[in-house]
Amino acid sequence: MNFQGYRRPDGSVGIRNHTLILPTVICASETASRIAAQVKGTVTFTHQHGCAQIGQDMEQTFKTLAGIGRNPNVTATLIIGLGCETIGAEKILKAIEREGKPTEMLNIQDEHGTRRTIKKGVAIAKRMAKTTIRMKREPCNVSELVVGLECGGSDVTSGIAANPALGAASDMVIKEGGTTILSETTELIGAEHIIAKRASTPHVEERIYEIVKRMEQKIKATCADFISGQPTPGNMKGGLTTIEEKSLGCIFKAGTAQIKEVLEYGEKPSEKGLVIMDTPGHDVESITGMIAGGAQLIAFTTGQGTPVGSAVAPVIKITGNPRTYRTMRENIDVNAGTIIDGKETIEQVGKRIFNEIIKVASGKRTKAESFGYHEFAINRIGPTL
Amino acid sequence: MRPARKALVLHNRDNVATALSDIEVGTLVIVKVGDQTMELIVNQAIPFGHKFAIENIEEGQPVYKYGEKIGKAAKPIKVGQHVHTHNLESIRGKANQQQ
Repeated sequence: MNFQGYRRPDGSVGIRNHTLILPTVICASETASRIAAQVKGTVTFTHQHGCAQIGQDMEQTFKTLAGIGRNPNVTATLIIGLGCETIGAEKILKAIEREGKPTEMLNIQDEHGTRRTIKKGVAIAKRMAKTTIRMKREPCNVSELVVGLECGGSDVTSGIAANPALGAASDMVIKEGGTTILSETTELIGAEHIIAKRASTPHVEERIYEIVKRMEQKIKATCADFISGQPTPGNMKGGLTTIEEKSLGCIFKAGTAQIKEVLEYGEKPSEKGLVIMDTPGHDVESITGMIAGGAQLIAFTTGQGTPVGSAVAPVIKITGNPRTYRTMRENIDVNAGTIIDGKETIEQVGKRIFNEIIKVASGKRTKAESFGYHEFAINRIGPTL
Repeated sequence: MRPARKALVLHNRDNVATALSDIEVGTLVIVKVGDQTMELIVNQAIPFGHKFAIENIEEGQPVYKYGEKIGKAAKPIKVGQHVHTHNLESIRGKANQQQ
């Protein structure tokens, strides 16, 4: 099956044409925002990181920023650095440029401050954005799609309706040769034995147990019951009592396919089909990791409703709660509450989600895109110095 | 009274049901457990999405939903009672405790 996408020179397929204004460090975020605000066709986000980081934590932040620039939805990137930060603009530039995409950089210190950086930045961004206008969509196969699976603001309907329906849609994407990513390792706790049975090799099975154990050890090292953070107060109000119950509901969104590999945070899949990425349950850190890993689109189930979006990838919101669909319709793209009402089957709603994925991949705007939402958060794994 | 579709049992090993609408105290609820149908009186108000016991659960015994353990009973739970944070605790979510 085909959708209408943009074929890139490196062979990858994008579903949006974004010119990304990428701040390397928090100190450059405001300047990047001022540039993006003046140029149509650009996107940006603010983040807190890029400096006073070391080791694996620094690497993870670098990989994430570079991965966002490499995402096939990004046609060109203008990197805005400060000049003295740990993860310099040049390092990110080299990592993105390798994919053969137009990539340029400006350091605020080299440009002698705000005014000249913005002036030059706006000129570069306008030139970059102009080239995207001429690009035409063409038929691309679903096998080129990487869909990130996410759930957030869960309630009981997530495990009964929205996640099983998204699981059915995930199976359809995979049947067409595409790729889906299950993330949120925290929400595998208590359900890992079920997922691990679907591993394609003993190594993949081992890796599933390994990432769950690693997450559990990190949580236990804080000496706090994680019940104070997971399930969240909203989850509990919605009827979810324990992390095990939440996890068992969460994994339904990965359907029934075999698990091909387990990726680190922000890593690009090397296999097609269903893969797992090690991310926290924090929605925005999780989707940021999957987008850095090349997901062009996120399918996001929610029980209680959430407006979250992304600068780079469209986020399709699906609720299994009929009340949430009524009250937060402006933020929800697909109503899976019909399963709870007994009007549709899981399979029927799964088909509707799959159709929505194809439409959004072909250019239909999601609710989060219409609002221009662009949340972004990098998962940190080390101290800030 | 409309007893149908008020609550859902997701697996025949489960000892709790999930309310699909707000259920008032004293409501007679019919649930399907596998091929069997069972009737029970809900003796506490159950909000939409919350769980209630469909059999007596002793303190320390596992609570099953989706056919899997979701934690253990922190105190004895009787048929028809609300099952939530006051009487069901996580096994995996506790600090400094081995499974």
